[in-house]
Amino acid sequence: MSNSTAIDYDYSIAKAFTFATILFGIIGMLVGVILAFQLAFPELNNLAGEYGTFSRLRPLHTNGVAFGFTLSGIFATWYYVSQRVLKVSLKESPFLMGVAKLHFVLYFITILLAVVTLLSGITTSKEYAELEWPLDLLVVVWWVLWGISIFGLIGIRRERTLYVSMWYYIACFVAIAMLYLFNNMEVPTMLFANGAPSSFMHSISAYAGTNDALVQWWYGHNAVAFVFTTPIIAMIYYFLPKESGQNVYSYKLSIAAFWGLMFVYLWAGGHHLVYSTVPDWMQTMGSVMSVVLILPSWGSAINMLLTMKGEWGQLQSNPLIKFLVMASTFYMLSTIEGPIQAIKSVNAIAHFTDWIPGHVHDGVLGWVVFMIMASLFHMAPRMFKREIYSKSLMETQFWLQTVAIVLYFTSMWIAGITQGMMWRAYDEYGSLVYTFIDTVNVLQPYYTIRAVGGLMYLIGFFMFAYNMYKTATCGRVLDKEPTNASPMGA
Amino acid sequence: MFHWLEQRPFFFTVVLFIFVAFAGIVETIPDFAKQSQPVVGTKPYSVLELAGRQVYIKDSCNACHSQLIRPFKSETDRYGMYSLSGEYAYDRPFLWGSKRTGPDLMRVGNYRTTDWHENHMMNPTSVVPGTVMPAYPHMFDNKADVATAYANANTQKQVFAVPYDQEGMPKLGSWNEAKAAALEEAKLIVADMKNQDVKNAVANGEIPEIVALIAYLNSLK
Repeated sequence: MSNSTAIDYDYSIAKAFTFATILFGIIGMLVGVILAFQLAFPELNNLAGEYGTFSRLRPLHTNGVAFGFTLSGIFATWYYVSQRVLKVSLKESPFLMGVAKLHFVLYFITILLAVVTLLSGITTSKEYAELEWPLDLLVVVWWVLWGISIFGLIGIRRERTLYVSMWYYIACFVAIAMLYLFNNMEVPTMLFANGAPSSFMHSISAYAGTNDALVQWWYGHNAVAFVFTTPIIAMIYYFLPKESGQNVYSYKLSIAAFWGLMFVYLWAGGHHLVYSTVPDWMQTMGSVMSVVLILPSWGSAINMLLTMKGEWGQLQSNPLIKFLVMASTFYMLSTIEGPIQAIKSVNAIAHFTDWIPGHVHDGVLGWVVFMIMASLFHMAPRMFKREIYSKSLMETQFWLQTVAIVLYFTSMWIAGITQGMMWRAYDEYGSLVYTFIDTVNVLQPYYTIRAVGGLMYLIGFFMFAYNMYKTATCGRVLDKEPTNASPMGA
Repeated sequence: MFHWLEQRPFFFTVVLFIFVAFAGIVETIPDFAKQSQPVVGTKPYSVLELAGRQVYIKDSCNACHSQLIRPFKSETDRYGMYSLSGEYAYDRPFLWGSKRTGPDLMRVGNYRTTDWHENHMMNPTSVVPGTVMPAYPHMFDNKADVATAYANANTQKQVFAVPYDQEGMPKLGSWNEAKAAALEEAKLIVADMKNQDVKNAVANGEIPEIVALIAYLNSLK
């Protein structure tokens, strides 16, 4: 059991990143809701001149939630979990403490600059790699700082064996470093301006056309893998056993799922390029490997669900367990849905339609955001030494957001398949039945349902933010940390 | 073996990196060897077209429009000949997009005119009732960044050996020559436009974003 009183963990950085998670979560999701309403009601596009159009806001939404909200959540949990499973406090090393502080400050500045530049239309256009080269360099700096923090803490650890969560955090660090560097290879054009007063910020990709697409989706798909999957699995491997007091169901399954995921995931990027101009064998490889990917994905998810074996009663009594279990369930849903969409004949219908954002959102809203919120809910009483302000608010939030996700993905499933089928509909004379605008107008009700779902989810997120704020400021003070058993008895 | 690795962070990370990097190496190297050769007749963009392409990127047109026609009858009937790899040889970055909230634009230059784009960008519903596309009136005021487009083209020429200034290919020349050439090209576009402010701007030697964008869209064939 717990002997954590021996080590005085330092949560200042984890708290700072928790604040950033909530702040960027609100901004990113608010922009998402605006986008959803703009598709349903296009008049909303021109309320803020050129800065309020769908096209300017869309990169702000994706970058805001992926690199603002999710990365903050990853760093917040990292600075909390790492100390506990490595049995070492950040306080013990003034150097690592300084690195961690600098990491936070530079990260925060980068995200703020990202908001400004993206709104001004300064973008490379490559999805999830929109930031221009000066910002890319900043990202590299704080990513390296994070690496120093990871391997520095590991270097001074007391617990010799790295817990499963550590594997996944390391994977996130290594893979994103590789992917980000290669996909953002670009040449600043001002170096070759030849006297023209050109923009300082502009750059062009080091790859052209099909090659650029190939590198981009190798990156794009695996940014999903190593931002939205591996660090989130790191969280569930720590927080679910901690919160439930249960041991992880199977060590062997966690090994098989980890190495399986590492090997297979990188192959799957090709499914974004099915029927494009990249070579056929790569498209096929992308499809096949996406289906294989079900195994390691479900391996982790099943491992987590079976960890609750014999303790399902907790689902009723503890709203936090509800978030954790629902998150792994949504993970299973979206990791079966993705492979289905990767099958060539399905992809022919699904690609370019709203089924794709539908798929992304059941994954991110149900899995990523639920896991991050659950992790922060678990951390809050331990960081702030106060009880969670309101469990009934958590309960309400859980149900509101769950219904919101269902509205979101069901409407997008229908919208996507409807439009995909209409694009290819022929009449008896061999002519296309629908003009393009016919296939857009039919989506209006689904866009509206999706926007309402998104709004409900955002309201739930405000409940989360309020609950966290109240916990930090006026929750009932705890004289000792809430108890829990595994892992590592920390 | 796994127990051993889990206690040795350095070797753990090395093994992990090999696992993760493997797919990328196998997938990218063969394609980089040959797939990107230009199709016969493919030419680099002129400076004005590149300026328009930058406007397309600035306002993330690629968030809603693809430039990739898949080899299905339903797509070739709607958009024209399916895409070939070599047609993208001078696209830095590529602009295939991943979502068709609006139609594909790979060959929009074949079936839309300057006049159509002018009306559509100012007020999309006037041309396509029921459309969800935003209006882009700011493109009629903002000036296109021709200087950056020139730097863009020159970078392609110097760093990536894109054949500007060769026989039968677009001329780049010095910045002053390129600026003058872009303005001449812009005059041809505005001749088909009706917005008086835009016409005046070009007459005064300035190029509004809309003119560059239309030059780019007309070049997509």
